[in-house]
Amino acid sequence: MIKVEHLVKRFGGLTAVDDCTLSVPAGSITAVIGPNGAGKTTLFSMIAGFLKPNGGRILMDGDDITGLSPPTLFHKGLVRTFQIPHELSRMTVLENLMLVPPAQVGEHVWLAWLQPGRVRAQEKEIRERAEEVLQFLDLYRLRYELAGRLSGGQKKLLELGRTMMIEPRVVLLDEPAAGVNRTLLGKLTEAIQRLNEEQGYTFVVIEHDMDMIAELCSPVIVMAQGRVLAEGSMAEIRRNRDVLEAYLGVVED
Amino acid sequence: MDPLLNYAIFFVTIAGIYAVWSLALNVQWGLTGLFNIGIVAFVAVGGYTSVLLTVEPSATFGGGLGLPLAVGFIGAMVTSAILALLVGLITLNLRADYLAIATIGIAEIVRLFLKNEEWLTNGVRGIGGVPRAFADLGPEGLALANMVLVLLCVLIVFLLIERARRAPWGRVLRAIRENELTVLASGKTVKYFRLQAFVLGAAIMGLGGALYAHFVGFISPEAFEPLQTTFLVWVMLIAGGSGNTKGAVLGAFIIWAIWSGSQIVTGWLPPELATQAGALRMGLIGLLLVLVLLFRNEGLLSEEDQRRADIAREARNDGR
Repeated sequence: MIKVEHLVKRFGGLTAVDDCTLSVPAGSITAVIGPNGAGKTTLFSMIAGFLKPNGGRILMDGDDITGLSPPTLFHKGLVRTFQIPHELSRMTVLENLMLVPPAQVGEHVWLAWLQPGRVRAQEKEIRERAEEVLQFLDLYRLRYELAGRLSGGQKKLLELGRTMMIEPRVVLLDEPAAGVNRTLLGKLTEAIQRLNEEQGYTFVVIEHDMDMIAELCSPVIVMAQGRVLAEGSMAEIRRNRDVLEAYLGVVED
Repeated sequence: MDPLLNYAIFFVTIAGIYAVWSLALNVQWGLTGLFNIGIVAFVAVGGYTSVLLTVEPSATFGGGLGLPLAVGFIGAMVTSAILALLVGLITLNLRADYLAIATIGIAEIVRLFLKNEEWLTNGVRGIGGVPRAFADLGPEGLALANMVLVLLCVLIVFLLIERARRAPWGRVLRAIRENELTVLASGKTVKYFRLQAFVLGAAIMGLGGALYAHFVGFISPEAFEPLQTTFLVWVMLIAGGSGNTKGAVLGAFIIWAIWSGSQIVTGWLPPELATQAGALRMGLIGLLLVLVLLFRNEGLLSEEDQRRADIAREARNDGR
């Protein structure tokens, strides 16, 4: 589905991603783990078009997508969430989601003027979809709250909600579980699993919650210092000496 | 007619034209956060375009096509929009402060062009005999009809902006102001929306320029001073409430009242101070701007209030 070949990203003297090669099988829930500063988020940003790599290439279904803009990639069905929630804080929770669907009639100013009926009808559909998502994420009663007032965990859920507003093919989740409470976490895991099985979305997940990864993800890719250190099932990873060293005991036996 | 009534009609007409400009700036700054401090360029280009399209042919300058006024108004919007498109394509990738510098530059280029390209604009002598709307109604009917025309323009522009603001288009603009990355991650081409807001605002500024030129009946580079146009319009929008469509109109009327009222006050000054009166009035407006920013920086009608009303309306309609 996604193939990354010899990808490099430098920030001044620091090489954040260093000759990284990996592939994400179609229909999988692939985990990317690794210590802080391993280059996981930088890798995501390059795949989603937010950063231009200094070298190497990225393929999606065999097509070179290196350097395409985030909107172009969005329309190819590749969406991402942010590690630090990027909610629109002075807009309502509902508006945050209603922004997302592509090809909205009312995004053309002349159609907003000339065909308000058509705009309203589509807004109603989009709104219903957004309310479904909010209900699913347990945020429905907060739909008229400004997103800036949500708690950290709720903002995380809203991040995920954005990706549920369309039918993506690949979803890049950057630490979806951080700050989310246990009950919701179970729901989140279940949601990802269901979207994967029923809708066939491919997920790539950066995560530090090992229980969640063990339950959800295969394969698991371990990054350290900008490259892939190991790859395999969670059980294999847990036995890998290099990984244990890199993590210095963060992975329990 | 009663001189006071006459003055009231004149006052409302000019304030209305300022309201058109203030609404235009509200699209660029209030909704989208585009820092345009070259408003006068788009106003002047609109004014001159309409004049050159509608005035009788002349041997000394270009244009003079003698076309109907409506063509002039549309032409004004189109030319200002094209100028904004060219400026925008070059500068909208830049950060906000660079756009500001670029727009000042454009304003200066336009001013020098109008002054020096005499073959087209008649240079500093300006162009007289600009056809006025409803000229066959006599002086009083003309003034009244022009006021109605201007107010109608204000109303139409107001309604169009309000509708666009509440539509998904306005939602994207607000989102861009808040966090560009989120908008990109939602698949919207940020630059394209910015460009639209910039061009739309400029077209409305051009319309205001045409209204002004045809109301005054004379046009020259002197008519379009940065202080009297750009600066005053900015003060109007900030005082009225940036981002609030009603605020943009309210600010225009209030600031114009203060501005023209200050002329009466400075008239009482002893003659030896009279020459400084203009500078004094500008200082007064500057002081007012500082006071607004210190004590009510969101303006008389804030964007927050408008947004709260929008959200409350949404919530009310929810059950239906």
